[in-house]
Amino acid sequence: MNKTNYDVAIIGGGHNGLTTACYLAKAGLKVVIVERHEYVGGAAVSRELHPGWTYSNCSYVCSLLRPEIFRDLELAKHGLQIIPYEGSASMLDDGRFYAHYQDHDLTYRSIAQFSKKDAEAYDRFGKDVMRQCKIIKPLLKITPPDPTSFAPKDIMGLFEFAKYFAAKDELGGLGEKEIYDTIRFWTMSVRDYLEEYFESDIVKVHLAGSAIIGTALGPYSPGSAYVLLHHYMGEVDGTVGAWGYARGGMGSITKAMASSFKANNGKIIAGSPVTKILIKNNKSYGLVLENGDEIYANKIVSNLDVKRTFLKVVEEKELPGDFYKAVKNFKIRGSSGKLNIALDDLPIWKSIPVGDPAGTGDLHITQCIEEMEGAYDDWKDGKWSKFPYVDMCIPSINDPTMAPQGKHYMSVFVQYVPYNLADGGWTEEKRLEFGKHVMGRIGSYSKNFNDIINHAEIRTPKEIEAEVGLTEGNIFQGELTMDQLMFNRPVPGYAQYKTPIKNLYMCGSSTHPGGGVMGAPGANAAREILKDLNKKISTHYI
Amino acid sequence: MNSSEISYKKPLLETPFHKRTSENCYSNNWYRWAGYKVVNEYSSIELEYTAVRNTAGVFDITPMHKYDIKGEDAKKFINKLITKDISNIQSNQVAYGIWCNEDGMVIDDGTIFCFNENHFRIFCAERNLNWFSDTATGFKVIIEDISTSIAALAFQGPLSCKILNLLKVNNIENLKPFHFDNYNIENHNVTISRTGFSGDLGYEIWCDPSQAIDVWDSLFKFNRDYKVLAAGMNALEMVRIEAGFIQPNVDFMSAEQALRPNRMRNPYELGLGWLVNLEKKYFTGKQALIRHKEKGLEKKLVGLDVEGDKPAVGSVLYDNSKKNQAKEIGIVTAAMWSPVLKSNIAIGFVNKEHYKLGSNVYAEIYHPEELDYRKIWAECKVVKRQFFNNPRRNAVPAFK
Repeated sequence: MNKTNYDVAIIGGGHNGLTTACYLAKAGLKVVIVERHEYVGGAAVSRELHPGWTYSNCSYVCSLLRPEIFRDLELAKHGLQIIPYEGSASMLDDGRFYAHYQDHDLTYRSIAQFSKKDAEAYDRFGKDVMRQCKIIKPLLKITPPDPTSFAPKDIMGLFEFAKYFAAKDELGGLGEKEIYDTIRFWTMSVRDYLEEYFESDIVKVHLAGSAIIGTALGPYSPGSAYVLLHHYMGEVDGTVGAWGYARGGMGSITKAMASSFKANNGKIIAGSPVTKILIKNNKSYGLVLENGDEIYANKIVSNLDVKRTFLKVVEEKELPGDFYKAVKNFKIRGSSGKLNIALDDLPIWKSIPVGDPAGTGDLHITQCIEEMEGAYDDWKDGKWSKFPYVDMCIPSINDPTMAPQGKHYMSVFVQYVPYNLADGGWTEEKRLEFGKHVMGRIGSYSKNFNDIINHAEIRTPKEIEAEVGLTEGNIFQGELTMDQLMFNRPVPGYAQYKTPIKNLYMCGSSTHPGGGVMGAPGANAAREILKDLNKKISTHYI
Repeated sequence: MNSSEISYKKPLLETPFHKRTSENCYSNNWYRWAGYKVVNEYSSIELEYTAVRNTAGVFDITPMHKYDIKGEDAKKFINKLITKDISNIQSNQVAYGIWCNEDGMVIDDGTIFCFNENHFRIFCAERNLNWFSDTATGFKVIIEDISTSIAALAFQGPLSCKILNLLKVNNIENLKPFHFDNYNIENHNVTISRTGFSGDLGYEIWCDPSQAIDVWDSLFKFNRDYKVLAAGMNALEMVRIEAGFIQPNVDFMSAEQALRPNRMRNPYELGLGWLVNLEKKYFTGKQALIRHKEKGLEKKLVGLDVEGDKPAVGSVLYDNSKKNQAKEIGIVTAAMWSPVLKSNIAIGFVNKEHYKLGSNVYAEIYHPEELDYRKIWAECKVVKRQFFNNPRRNAVPAFK
């Protein structure tokens, strides 16, 4: 049995675990990442899963990764490059398409086909969402203050928070109206929110997509508007709300992080599932690996979601009852599926001409909000959606590294797919039937799609959970609803990356500010750990 | 608009004058305006500017937004929308007005043409369909965006009336400023208003897009004797600064577009208090404007007469002749050397201690000079924003 000592041991090499690891290694600590798979990356991976094709088989596009982290970890030097989207589109049943382009006037005219008022309202909407993003952006980087605590740092934190919201000048630039709007935005349904701006079905449903991706909420569910905001607060080179492809797939992000980590003497132990966190007198001190090896460290950090951490690798007897109950109640419902498709040719759409930039970004086929809500109703009934919302893209049009010449890779994110089917659970047969159903839906908007499918990887929440370890396959490590955000994420009283076990921390998307390939939870956790160790580093983020 | 007009290969539309403007745009220098391609500079900004002040210049202003307001409540709607009172407006009269949001912050300005009690037309710089529609709630009016259905030229300069006369445009010299009527230019029915952005004698000509090229050609018909030039947006920017006119999103942020609430401005701050009638029973923003007026101004948009000859473009303004003791008190929004006035002029915001006429402020000018900046600390005097004001602008009958 091997026994090794480290300053910090991190369970799981997802993008947040890697981010925490990089900052701690930069501070000169001896850090190890213990990863279940032979490769790191968690849900930000790209692998050759079909000969010649690279699949970003979980997360598929990038926007939220904090630019400070990009710089601090020198990810460009370690090979990461982001290619911005050129456009996006929703295809209509009547043969037209609705598009957004980089060119503002072109987007205006595209929307004006459906409604001139909506074309103008899009600017209003954009401005209001941008304001909300400006409010929320600085909050991503903070450790949420605990409103029940009298500790000076929490009181100061709340004070800063209040001051920020009350500031009418350069700080937050918020007026009274904006404060009202913020509260509304954080609690409304996306349908109600969009209804205040737009009259045309296709405009509303195109924009509503961002509010349901990865979420077990429908467009009529209160709280869904916040999820839209969550997807808008990213950026590509300062363009807030923009999305892009990571060149080489999403795995390029975590590969660059791993390379940066190793450059700072970090160690990765791959292919080694952790079976148990060693705890004595309410203090964690090490890990037990599947092969029986033990690793000792002063600080243990879990990149796993809060449920997996405390219901699987920490023994129940080590936990306070209230905490255990709160973890059990944490909402982390599976609602998404994913298809990764190798294509022998470029799909030709019935509506979008070949070469149109609108066809190179995210593509959708949902016709109206009611159809989207209907898709959610199916999920509640324990069925996959008859008319699923798809967020699909063909990264290989812009990224020459994803598929052989002349061939293409298509990523299809599917909403909604239940974790448990009402009619007796998932079987191999049902999984294939689900994939066939989604491909059939896509095929009806294309002239050649059905004839060019070379290979398809079909993933229900079960496969995502089994591969990545995300409970129920929930991509955010827990839903992004107000009851699970800020000082309530993941558990009230434990929103500061600490846990009831001394020296055990959390750094995954179950913590503030939540999911998406953002890196903020990982960097915030690193900051807290460094504080506890009285270590200082000077970086853009920390 | 049908989808065949939308192509990613053509992000910018062409105006009905495009054939002519592109033939004359030797510098191939284009400007993007409301989704259209218009000329920034045809060949030389100096020549184009000089034509406007010496003979006449022709500007393609087709991209301007145009809204028809029709219905029995049309007048009531306008009176709710804008801050001044147009109860007494007559047919064929044009009103200049501004509209504010409920907080009394300016959204846009525009010219409002009165065809009759039940039909008005608004011309403005920004898109306003949403704001107008919101304002129209409860009124019997129909608001229609007719921007693409009218071609428009601004024909500005001392010889503009003379040339229209030579084209036998009947009685044009008696068209009063801020009035319009229907005329005929060489067998084409057009609407002509005595309005414009140059602060000089000038007209705006509105016609059906199918007649655009003919109307354009007519204006250049007497070029052998009186040289009329097509003028671009750069020249327009010069004459509008001289005239002291302001532009949304250049001199102030439209309240509909400002991301930062503290960037919005009320009419008093813009020096447009004369357009606000607080006696009027109700209009959008009235309550807030009463409060703004009582409270007094924190800053104001003023004219600046700048020392030296280097334009104070984008300069920060200070309160002291000594740089090391100076406090920031404002910012320049537009600046130029005025060839006709032989002055260095600017428009800018200054704070309440400095906006009175005759006050001195100081501009830090970064003047580019062969890969280096000359930093100039220039004294500026606060003056009236209307730098150029020639009597021929308002003379009736007009100079010909």
